[in-house]
Amino acid sequence: MAKLLKNRELLLVGAILVLIALIAWRFPPFVAPANLARVYNDTSILIILALGQMAVILTRCIDLSMAANLALSGMVAAMLNAAFPGLPIPIIILSAMALGAVLGMINGALVWKLDIPPIVVTLGTLTIYRGLIFLLTNGKWINAHQMSDAFKSFPRADLAGIPVLSWLSVVMIAAMFLVMSRTALGRAFFAVGGNPHAAVYTGIDVGRTRFFAYCLSGTLAGLSGYLWVSRYAVAYVDIAAGFELDIIAACVIGGISIAGGIGSVPGAVLGAMFLGVIKNALPVINISPFAQMAISGMVIITAVAVNARAERRKGRVILKKAEAV
Amino acid sequence: MAETHLSPRNIPDRLEGRSARLLKSWESLLLVVACLIFLGNSLASPYFLDPWNLSDATFNFTEKAMIAFAMALVIISGEIDLSVASIIALASTAMGYAVQLGFDTPALVVVGLSVGLLCGVVNGLLITGLGLPSIVVTIGTMSLFRGLSFIILGDQAFTGYPDSFAWFGQGYIWWVFSFEFTLFVVLAVIYGVVLHKTNFGRAVYAIGNNQTAALFSGIRVGRVKFTLFLLTGLMAGLASICLTSRLGSTRPSIALGWELEVVTMVVLGGVSILGGSGTIPGVVLAALIMGMVTFGFGLLNVPGIVMSIFIGLLLISVIALPILWRRARRRLAH
Repeated sequence: MAKLLKNRELLLVGAILVLIALIAWRFPPFVAPANLARVYNDTSILIILALGQMAVILTRCIDLSMAANLALSGMVAAMLNAAFPGLPIPIIILSAMALGAVLGMINGALVWKLDIPPIVVTLGTLTIYRGLIFLLTNGKWINAHQMSDAFKSFPRADLAGIPVLSWLSVVMIAAMFLVMSRTALGRAFFAVGGNPHAAVYTGIDVGRTRFFAYCLSGTLAGLSGYLWVSRYAVAYVDIAAGFELDIIAACVIGGISIAGGIGSVPGAVLGAMFLGVIKNALPVINISPFAQMAISGMVIITAVAVNARAERRKGRVILKKAEAV
Repeated sequence: MAETHLSPRNIPDRLEGRSARLLKSWESLLLVVACLIFLGNSLASPYFLDPWNLSDATFNFTEKAMIAFAMALVIISGEIDLSVASIIALASTAMGYAVQLGFDTPALVVVGLSVGLLCGVVNGLLITGLGLPSIVVTIGTMSLFRGLSFIILGDQAFTGYPDSFAWFGQGYIWWVFSFEFTLFVVLAVIYGVVLHKTNFGRAVYAIGNNQTAALFSGIRVGRVKFTLFLLTGLMAGLASICLTSRLGSTRPSIALGWELEVVTMVVLGGVSILGGSGTIPGVVLAALIMGMVTFGFGLLNVPGIVMSIFIGLLLISVIALPILWRRARRRLAH
């Protein structure tokens, strides 16, 4: 029982349930299954992005350029569609993912080959990627009428009663779960973040692992770029501006340690869902949407404080065990 | 690798004379770059070399540079503060609110500075009191502080600042020297003296190089770091007064994205993002460079977002180039 209480994922599930119960008390229709499915669908993109950010943070790095990458890949996907309306959607999705991967590789290569601190690299590429959108478009928007119907309807298409967008995030969660727990690369992410020196001695190339983490976050950002643009049916320079902080917030709330090595796929997903529930609930319980920013700030700070205490406690337990032996 | 690996730290101090070291330093490189940009600008635009235009150009960087001085100390001590732009927004909102309540200019200044200081206290308590990582805490407070101004203002704006308040952002001390530029020079001297000539400054370097060793040598690490976050908060409050006074209005999106520009300025000035090294003259030169580049591009009608690409490239290349240069030299030496 005590162990169950200390499980961060379960605590987070509990917190989300309490949150939903509180909202239901003020506004019962919120808990209707159809509405909860809508809230999940609305959070899908954040979940996909949080999964990529998780891999990067696990290796003791950070990717501040994810939202800019999303915006650039999304803009290119929209431009492709506007220029060649006949292009099949899978090809557009693949090219958005490929572009995202390349942008992620640039981050990864700078961190790996030049040893530049990750925060500096991604601060730099954040402004560069956003600027590139402006250079590409001269600040023009791509609006709904310039996009083909297939382009816009794909994430909304109904599959067994649930939109494709939700299904995609479920597939990504499952895939990341397999990668993190069943592949050498997934375990290397944990090893590199947990103890880089030990990782080197076990034959893991730290820089290369970080490079792949950035490739992963870039690819997922590229995918989200297409999803974002097609879902909101508009593309311009500033889409998802500031969203990088929401992604990091989701990870921090999900118990992923910013110091690396600690975290889990369910944590990232639950962290994103916590933010998603808050975002969707504010308007229905009559709190101004302007309050959302301050609330997510408070949630981030609380989550860091709670996580730090949990990690410290774990450290003490290990010490005691060592003394007992 | 059989040969002894000589990193600068293993070499005893002062192998070269003082002037040789000065010549090879990051600051002299920055000085050369600054001169080249100045020259390039004056050739590219006939309007550049005019005392009043140059004076206008200083407004591009003075407010950011005030924060950059305090930020340099924070980064040298191995921490970071990403909430500065949001502190500007919150302090500006508080001043706007105070105007509605009928406060006058001196009271507004007090409000701006104390809100900045208070935000610094919040950051400092969370980071040194609870021992949380500064990057996550300040990402959180960045969202919190600006979020509070969004709650107060929504999509509205505060205007109607008293006429005497405009002096801080638009007034001149003497001839072309604005109040902001004078403040920038005075603060540069103060921060230079504090960092390079006082015990406190040495403590900041010591903490950045090895926090544990600093603690064991009797430096009150927590207290020094707390003071540094107070200072960044105070400087952000000061910058908020100048910016609000210059713009004459407050929106919750004021100074959006400035934290990146301030960090870029500090890193461009030769402060190591990993902590432990850097100088105030470097930051001053970086501020001048960034201000002149922005102003020069502005005279050539280059849009703001293209300038931000340039700033991003500058940030990455100023860190990458020395690393590549060192590698190339090592390869040549073999």
